[in-house]
Amino acid sequence: MKKEEIPQDKSNLESADFKELYYAVDDKGNYVTAKSSGWDPKTIALDNAIQDINERVEIAKQKVLNHQTSPIEYYMELHKMDLSILSSYVGIWKWRVKRHFKPSVFKKLNLNTLKKYAEVFEISLNELQQIKE
Amino acid sequence: MKVDFTHKQTAHCENGVVSNLMTYNGFPISEPMVFGIGSGLLYCYIPFLKVNHAPAITYRVMPGMIFKKFAKRVGIKIKKEKFKNPKEAKARLDENLNKNNPVGLQVGVYNLTYFPDEYRFHFNAHNLVVYGKDDTSYLISDPVMEEVTSLTDKELEKVRFAKGAFAPKGHIYYPIDFPEELDLKNAIIKGINHTCKDMLAPIPILGVKGIKYVAKLIRKWPKKHGVKKANHYLGQIVRMQEEIGTGGGGFRYIFAAFLQESSEILKNDKLINLSKEMTEIGDLWRDFALNASRIYKNRKAEQDSYESIAVQLDEIADREKVFFTQLKKAIK
Repeated sequence: MKKEEIPQDKSNLESADFKELYYAVDDKGNYVTAKSSGWDPKTIALDNAIQDINERVEIAKQKVLNHQTSPIEYYMELHKMDLSILSSYVGIWKWRVKRHFKPSVFKKLNLNTLKKYAEVFEISLNELQQIKE
Repeated sequence: MKVDFTHKQTAHCENGVVSNLMTYNGFPISEPMVFGIGSGLLYCYIPFLKVNHAPAITYRVMPGMIFKKFAKRVGIKIKKEKFKNPKEAKARLDENLNKNNPVGLQVGVYNLTYFPDEYRFHFNAHNLVVYGKDDTSYLISDPVMEEVTSLTDKELEKVRFAKGAFAPKGHIYYPIDFPEELDLKNAIIKGINHTCKDMLAPIPILGVKGIKYVAKLIRKWPKKHGVKKANHYLGQIVRMQEEIGTGGGGFRYIFAAFLQESSEILKNDKLINLSKEMTEIGDLWRDFALNASRIYKNRKAEQDSYESIAVQLDEIADREKVFFTQLKKAIK
């Protein structure tokens, strides 16, 4: 890639007033570094990934409201986590976390366990038990 | 307290931390040199790991390996420590800052407050330098950022003790012992040899064979998982290849810059041509990303568009196979 070909597309970096560094060759063929404000192919990929997460969050929310899952799954999605990440943050086995997704099991969870989840998600116990519609 | 530390933005965080720490300690060395000597370049499909609900493909070696190999090859010693207890981790950090010693830390990205929100994923192999402390916060030189920044006590503890894959566990590291002079020539040759060996390895998911393997997967994805998932996977591949830190083209341009710099140090003209060839290969990776993005942009696609980018990957694999075979010969 030539230095002048370094893409300067609009991207999510703009919000943080931040440019990233590329390696490219100058007129004489020597490697130099130069900044880029973004490149569409990866901005689209990132936007899609975020849209994907938002969809997952929305689906989880609906499932909670329909009593098909517990708020734990919703907050997991909201924090861009998956089962293994959540499991390592709360320090509870994956299969147990998965069980806590069941509304019937969730209802019977003791205070200590609930606190662990609330702490990881940085929310109050109330917020953990009752998600906002 | 604050160390007189020069922050220099680099493409990749681990290279950047090493390059900046080395420069601070009186051994100025470029990012591409660190990357090349540390055998940073790779291609690997990791079947057992999922990132953002998609298969993980890496264009670089495992976190920490660049510094480890670099240190061994140029003859410096690094002190590395991980902690169970955040208090101990903080104490060790403060101890070093009191001695005016800037240190490298491995951190998780999700709680890095100065990153744009969109970039905050559960990725735990980020690296930064702490070069001082004031009343309220730690002074941070994050190599991918243009300027220095800072994090509070609590924020720093959070990112040092992020959980999940590659959990940093408070990982702190810094060079402690230096030779009189760095033996770059031998280090470069060792670095190149190792990269050639990795890229030409007879392992289906690694190096050139790994690229072919992923080409095969891409052909299967739309039928096996449906277009939506297949496109999500493609998007993730492009992100891993082109995201901040890669310098573009899945680290291939940084590697080409390394070969160019090495050609002077080793007085080896063959490396100049090989650097040019690697730049062209980097361009092919960019083309691949561009074409893949055309598929996932519309969130729907025909089977033959997957076929055409798979063909592109096959071509890249063939070019890289020839390239690394020649590179191996060029430094003999």
